[in-house]
Amino acid sequence: MATKSLKGRVHALAESSKQLTFLSNGIFAPGGLPTFKEKLETLPADALRPKKLEILQMNLGYMCNQVCAHCHVDAGPDRKEMMSRETLSYCLQILKQTPVTTLDLTGGAPEMHPDFRWFVAEAASIGVEDFIVRSNLTILRANKKYYDLPHFFKKHGIHVVSSLPFYKKEKTDRQRGEGVFSQSIQALQALNDVGYGQQGSKLLLDLVYNPSGAFLPANQQALEHDFKKALKKDFDIDFHRLFTITNLPISRFLEYLIASENYEDYMHRLVEAFNPAAVANVMCTNTLSVGWDGSLYDCDFNQMLDLKVASPVQHIKDFDLAQLQAREICISQHCYGCTAGAGSSCQGSVL
Amino acid sequence: MNTPYYQSQDLKKFKNISDWSPELGEKFFEYYASVFEESALTAREKSLIALAVAHTVQCPYCIDAYTQDGLERGIDKQEMMEAVHVAAAIRGGASLVHGVQMMEVYQKRSM
Ligand code: SF4
Ligand code: SF4
Repeated sequence: MATKSLKGRVHALAESSKQLTFLSNGIFAPGGLPTFKEKLETLPADALRPKKLEILQMNLGYMCNQVCAHCHVDAGPDRKEMMSRETLSYCLQILKQTPVTTLDLTGGAPEMHPDFRWFVAEAASIGVEDFIVRSNLTILRANKKYYDLPHFFKKHGIHVVSSLPFYKKEKTDRQRGEGVFSQSIQALQALNDVGYGQQGSKLLLDLVYNPSGAFLPANQQALEHDFKKALKKDFDIDFHRLFTITNLPISRFLEYLIASENYEDYMHRLVEAFNPAAVANVMCTNTLSVGWDGSLYDCDFNQMLDLKVASPVQHIKDFDLAQLQAREICISQHCYGCTAGAGSSCQGSVL
Repeated sequence: MNTPYYQSQDLKKFKNISDWSPELGEKFFEYYASVFEESALTAREKSLIALAVAHTVQCPYCIDAYTQDGLERGIDKQEMMEAVHVAAAIRGGASLVHGVQMMEVYQKRSM
């Protein structure tokens, strides 16, 4: 497994424009598979439009203690991009001014941001209905200074959404690195110990599953059932929901697809599994994503492809809800990942 | 030209069998879909049975399809290999049990 980001390896795909070019040629060249735009044209004109803004997703930076093979962020220890305090403050203002009901912090590992605790405390005091921190779990065990994070999360009523690719060691470690599984288990136990994930508990602990390879996730409920049974039996771990997320052909997952000669088959599968009913509920319809530098995107994926919102407002400091809501959503072939089967979003399947 | 009899992209054309006999084709696919629905057996169990049978009938398309189906369902490689051994055991057993017949004929004809 690579120990550096694409950027750190000066890989061609580190450039988003190269990824977009790749996604628009080859099997998607004229005469080949329908592009996502062509596919949308078979649906009513307003099928994919921003609806009411509910979720503000902030990417605090690309630094991460892991270098997962499937990472669409191309995160890693060598990535230094981080949100400034000024931008964090703009976001707090937006939280006060807008009807956003969910704040969703992601990265990289958001916990590594030096202002993380300050920001969480500030944002929690404003009071959003659902305050999510996306944690890769191992960060909670990576260094003593993070050991108390479960308590910190509890204190601020954080909804913890954690990635655990599988309930067995081998697949987890292959996707995320040696030792990741046992560290993740310890982290989940630490969260359980302070009350997270227990039945009836308000301290929400959800897990995210994404396939460790070039295949689509199965039925969310069936997998949730398998995860619950296995984690309880083997490790006495409890959690609330499991979200299944489809890997999108972006960044390191795209690198993997190409290198393993799975790209064409995988894209065929996504196109074949296109589900018109999933379109109305994809993430970009109720979410705005803020990049580490304050730029605005339709979603975290578009952020990684550097597809800024198609709006006169492109930065959090100029935020204008009405103008942003009137925008068109930027799309490319990676969007097929959100509309395959039961659909996929940061909250799991959308149907 | 040296074209192999089996080509992986033909799996994608499976549906085309309906072209020349739409009614039977449609009935087959409808039946097929019903068979794999979750019922007294879980969809997961059915997937593993399909994988085992695929190895018995040695259909490369089915092996491809049900290995991928298993991956999607979170069936791991140990479970898949055990299913293949079930197929192999039954298959091998089916040969071996005929050994009884061989033994009987042998004994009957021998002095
Ligand atoms: S997938 Fe998550 S945990 Fe893994 S490298 Fe990317 S940001 Fe870090
Ligand atoms: S990738 Fe982003 S823009 Fe495309 S459908 Fe998914 S959420 Fe929407």
